[in-house]
Amino acid sequence: MPVCAIPIQPIKLMGVFLVEMMSGAAMVVRALKDVGVKHVFGYPGGAVLDIYDALYAQEDVQHILVRHEQAAAHMADGYARATGQTGTVLVTSGPGATNTITGIATAYMDSIPMVVLSGQVPSMHIGEDAFQETDMVGCSRPIVKHSFLVKRAIDIPEAIAKAYYIANSGRPGPVVVDLPKDTVNVQENHPYRFPEKVQMRSYNPTIKGHLGQIKKALKVLLKAKRPIVYVGGGAIACDASPLVTELAEKLKLPVTNTLMGLGAFPGDHPQFLGMLGMHGTVQANKTMHNADCILALGARFDDRVTNNVQKFCPHAQIIHVDIDPASISKTINVHIPVVGSVKTVLTQFFEQMHEIDENERKDQLHDWWEQIEAWRSRDCLAYAKDSGLIKPQQVIESLYKHTQGDAFITSDVGQHQMFAALYYPFAKPRRWINSGGLGTMGFGLPAAMGVQVAHPDAVVACVTGDGSIQMNIQELATCLQYGMPVKIISLNNRALGMVRQWQDMNYKGRHSHSYMDSLPDFVKLTEAYGHVGIKVEKPEELDDAMARCFALKDKLVFMDIAVDQNEHVYPMQIKYGAMDDMRLSKTERS
Amino acid sequence: MRRIISVLMENEPGALSRIIGLFSQRAYNVDSLCVAPIDDSSLSRLTITTQGDDKVIEQITKQVNKLIDVLKISDLTEGSHVERELMLVKVGTRNENSRAEVKRTVEIFRGKIVDVTPKNYTIELTGTSDKLDAFVQTIGQTGEIIELSRTGVCGLSRGEKAMRP
Ligand SMILES: Cc1ncc(C[n+]2csc(CCOP(=O)(O)OP(=O)(O)O)c2C)c(N)n1
Ligand SMILES: [Mg+2]
Repeated sequence: MPVCAIPIQPIKLMGVFLVEMMSGAAMVVRALKDVGVKHVFGYPGGAVLDIYDALYAQEDVQHILVRHEQAAAHMADGYARATGQTGTVLVTSGPGATNTITGIATAYMDSIPMVVLSGQVPSMHIGEDAFQETDMVGCSRPIVKHSFLVKRAIDIPEAIAKAYYIANSGRPGPVVVDLPKDTVNVQENHPYRFPEKVQMRSYNPTIKGHLGQIKKALKVLLKAKRPIVYVGGGAIACDASPLVTELAEKLKLPVTNTLMGLGAFPGDHPQFLGMLGMHGTVQANKTMHNADCILALGARFDDRVTNNVQKFCPHAQIIHVDIDPASISKTINVHIPVVGSVKTVLTQFFEQMHEIDENERKDQLHDWWEQIEAWRSRDCLAYAKDSGLIKPQQVIESLYKHTQGDAFITSDVGQHQMFAALYYPFAKPRRWINSGGLGTMGFGLPAAMGVQVAHPDAVVACVTGDGSIQMNIQELATCLQYGMPVKIISLNNRALGMVRQWQDMNYKGRHSHSYMDSLPDFVKLTEAYGHVGIKVEKPEELDDAMARCFALKDKLVFMDIAVDQNEHVYPMQIKYGAMDDMRLSKTERS
Repeated sequence: MRRIISVLMENEPGALSRIIGLFSQRAYNVDSLCVAPIDDSSLSRLTITTQGDDKVIEQITKQVNKLIDVLKISDLTEGSHVERELMLVKVGTRNENSRAEVKRTVEIFRGKIVDVTPKNYTIELTGTSDKLDAFVQTIGQTGEIIELSRTGVCGLSRGEKAMRP
């Protein structure tokens, strides 16, 4: 195979081929346009001033000025999760670049396509500890899919084209492009050649599944008496949701989604058992544990799902479809691996499947479904409402009602995140946006902003906590500047609730540094930023307040909702146990 | 178990650090490492000796292969293979007796003396790591090892099997 064949795209003028000349900075903006980038989230500084100059007075690429570079990365991330398109970040060298690290790591853990363009000190000063120099390629190496340090201006278009190709193919992920200041100098012009096609001999992700493996998988799946489909974020990444639903319906299979997979299979579907794992439903975890066949689609057997791997699903033949071979048999040995994109592999499944007799399927799985319904009838998400305090679960239910279950919901990290995941049944993919792998507090608000940029007319709400929201609260200013009517639903429990819950359970209630003693007045704070704040303290006020919030279509509204501080998230797996060893409340176990 | 893993990768700045980084990031062992460009100088071949059971080696192989710069990877220890390591060792010789003894040992091990001073010999030796280990042990009894440097293992599969782009 040729080494990255890059044909030139010349312009023909009066019979003569011309190549456009421009500065490196102009190339950056032009290449972004040629890649199809519409929005860039960024923050300027010395090393990128040339690029910022090239962004001035042009309309191809819209720049959104953030207030902290970490938030720029989360915005690009939210944008990517909501659309499937690569999010773009532009920051200066040194502190600008290092501020994006948490955002890059967040995207990396959840396989989100993102390109981070970082400024760098001029090439001739690299290694001299120059002003605002950090080795960004080095700093980000363990948390990127790939990175480029551009050496010459003429290499910019190719590096950018490759970066986007890598970020959003195979298993997606973040890519860093480090641009030394001399390569983007506005004073010097160079020929601009954008590659028509990117080809790399060392990078050819497998999309199509191996036919033999697919036949084997189907045989096991169709024979199974106690099957379950376990769907992760990989199914969303390749837009396989309709196929997942088709397969499940055709074969009458019960389905569970991971935290990252919520919406991949509709949350309101009768065959849906709810989320699985640490805070999964009893029926999902029990069905997994007792299954004789698990079809894992774009999920990675994360430790927040499996609980003790030694006790994981002892009776199951495991079929694992994943685009990343390294995810297969990493933590759990699988019996039938299929490397490929979930979408393509499921298409192949259908090609290989003979006529399915629906009644026969029903008979075959009759006993299994009866058992599942028995588990489900326990209603493990029931909670007591009698305390005179607002229950966090109630807030999410109210949010569901007032958004008709059709909003984009981002979340931060903590109890509120789990309540949102459990009590808002997501019917569609890309509607639930949270930091599942890294668990980054501070993700929610900027992610919601990124979603809002991608979908200006959509209803976007950020479910957050009094701890998390303070990690990127400065972005309220960005929201005002760009008129982003994000709805912030803050479950204020005056505590780092999730930490507190663990301390209640494992540290005899010793609440070491998990309380928030001096919270700001969030309503006043929001108003100071030029938005609307609503405080809610009584259960009976909740619904009206929520209605008021969503009636203010063009406004950012901060709902500061005082919730019961002592509520725990249940169900919860018991440490070192099997998947279905769970606490159901402060006193009951499964 | 000791494994020799061969990697064919783009000869580009940063490629090596990605592989090394991966090993430390994922807590894999590196016992030795040897790397240089091949006949097609746009590519490098890297040989790593490492330890691990089948599961660990499978993960190492997959994770390394996932790196964008990596074209091919194979576990040489899976099949029959040739492996060699080069060592230079400077040995101090106290007296004529010791000089003669060192020379004899070098001959037995089919090494070469590549530098000579009245007080020491510098010896070049090629072979499997085991042979080099044995030599170091033996020579330490007759002379005094002043310093030594080993290249780490490099290897190829035997027969028709080959790793080409
Ligand atoms: C950046 C970061 N720091 C620390 C943590 C550890 N952590 C997980 S949940 C949590 C508490 C979150 O508090 P809050 O946002 O108020 O949510 P709650 O659990 O109270 O709903 C903490 C500190 C984290 N996930 N992310
Ligand atoms: Mg809280």
